[in-house]
Amino acid sequence: MKQKDLILYSGLIILGLAAPYLFSAFKVQLTYLCVLIVLAMTWNLQGGEMGYNSFGNILFYGLGMYLTASVQVGMFFPLAEWTESGGEKTFVHTTAQYFQGIGVGLLVAAIIPALVAGAIGYAILGLRGHYFAICTLGLGIAAGEIAGGIEIIGAGQGFTTPPFPAEIVDPEARGKFFYFTSFIVLVLAFIFVKYIYGSRFRLILNAIRDNEDKAEAMGIQTMKYKIVGWMVSAFFCGLAGGIMGGLIGYIDSTDVAFDGREMGVFMVLMAILGGKGTLWGPIIGATLFHFFKEGLWTFILGWQYVALGVLIVVIVIYFPEGLMGWLREKYPERFGEVIDEKDRKSQVELK
Amino acid sequence: MDFLIFKAPMLMVQASLDGILLGILFALIAYGMALQWGVMNIINIAQGDLVILGGYIAYTMYLAGIHPAWGVIVSPILMYFVGWGLYKLVINKVVDRDLFISILATFGIAIVFQQLMNFIFGADVVVAQSEYGTTMLFDNSVTLPNSKIFSAFVSLAYAVALVIYMKKSKLGRAIRATAQNARAAKILGVDTEKVYAATFGINAALCGIAGALISITLTLHPYVGLPYTVRSFMIVIVAGLGNLPAVAISGMGLGLFEEFADYILGTEFRIGAVFMLLVFILVYRRFKLSKKREYLK
Repeated sequence: MKQKDLILYSGLIILGLAAPYLFSAFKVQLTYLCVLIVLAMTWNLQGGEMGYNSFGNILFYGLGMYLTASVQVGMFFPLAEWTESGGEKTFVHTTAQYFQGIGVGLLVAAIIPALVAGAIGYAILGLRGHYFAICTLGLGIAAGEIAGGIEIIGAGQGFTTPPFPAEIVDPEARGKFFYFTSFIVLVLAFIFVKYIYGSRFRLILNAIRDNEDKAEAMGIQTMKYKIVGWMVSAFFCGLAGGIMGGLIGYIDSTDVAFDGREMGVFMVLMAILGGKGTLWGPIIGATLFHFFKEGLWTFILGWQYVALGVLIVVIVIYFPEGLMGWLREKYPERFGEVIDEKDRKSQVELK
Repeated sequence: MDFLIFKAPMLMVQASLDGILLGILFALIAYGMALQWGVMNIINIAQGDLVILGGYIAYTMYLAGIHPAWGVIVSPILMYFVGWGLYKLVINKVVDRDLFISILATFGIAIVFQQLMNFIFGADVVVAQSEYGTTMLFDNSVTLPNSKIFSAFVSLAYAVALVIYMKKSKLGRAIRATAQNARAAKILGVDTEKVYAATFGINAALCGIAGALISITLTLHPYVGLPYTVRSFMIVIVAGLGNLPAVAISGMGLGLFEEFADYILGTEFRIGAVFMLLVFILVYRRFKLSKKREYLK
């Protein structure tokens, strides 16, 4: 690792660790930011690198949310009675139970969505282009509608996740706990994605994006890699969902968990805003988007969805390459792209 | 799960009639989608929201004291201009781009439409009363609202009119030529830009008719657009582009499926069943197509 990188990464980690103390009033927002970055980064892995633009990663996010909460409750208390009582707190988690529950819950929330992605991957990833996009859109919405009809996880009235243990008196503790959990997930996701960026796996994903049939002809078992790519996305989406469920404290089938209208669009938008197919693009995109959202949302109260829709249209039409793509066009040498003058001239002559 | 419907033949007749009448309406929306998909190669996620907007136009007339059935004439005219404006504003910039861009852009439009309708018409579920009464069949055991029969006939009439228009008129010929080969049509003097705008306008007008019919037969709500988009998308992929009888038949099939799913699974799973059907159709299609691929495993 170069010294410059070392300084950058250690600086970011120190900033991340210090953030809840520096901006102690914004811990919830910082947690959101971490989750958004994780979602954008993992969406980019298959949307940007693999070229399979999914609207359905919200499926894994919502699944992770429900699984974490269900495991956390179900480990100690009957789940049906918990959801039956709704907001009435007949059961109370002790401190130890709460943390054990959420730990196991997050583990389950990471593994099961990844397995689900693996299981449906063969059928779904055989679809190409827009069929894949629409199919995943359908999956995400179907999941929300179906979850809204299942009694044991609260059906239409929602699912209250266990409240943070009352025995911990420090009022900052809850915010810190969720922030650091999400930060750890973010760091893990970043390390993993960075590792992928330096590996052959990324090249294979790029080959699939650029021309799947040729990649297949070159002897790459594309389906295998596509499924693995989707499973990685699902793994981190599930984790992010689990954290968000605990943070929000209430799960509604269509407005919180399988929230295609917000989270499902956000992750696509953030990745495109920053630049698809780059390591830093989604991170920058998510940060910018979060600042934009938090800064503007309150001033245009009620009009935020209109603004969101207009933002989508403007970004998609005018900046389809995103911020990183624009920078790359402007300063190609910064991205390690060397334009060979001789080669360029011969290309021109050929034309 | 409730299989009562298979034990009561009258319930089955009821569901079948409801489904078929509803399906004709879906087919009308799907025809609009097939038109713009075939001509402009765009998948319009905002299709359902155009339908709902058309419905709200009829509902506004109803509030103003005019019979909502007149909406089937007023709504398409207004919606044509909405579609035309939408094309000039956004769609013309995504026509030649890849399909994902058009999906995302129209998704953005859909969000804007939903929210604006929410502001203007409120978030309540509304219905325009046509007061057409109901028809009783088989000793009053099957009830059929006359508004549904009316909507089926209006849909059929408009569909037939559109087919004739597409066959005979100059614009219809231009649209068909552009759908076949936009470049060749351009060379032969067809103003493709105009054709695209007209196609999108006609699509929006079809949505307007369907919306006006929905306002008297079903209910309206600002956020229920997406299921209509998905239904029409499904019908188009099953029927193929530009095959009107197939569109009508698969529309009716979808209507039947929905009514039966409603009885068997329960109303709360109705929309979920529609979206699951979409996934199943796409996956089935994928396996069917992959059999045709010739490569070594």
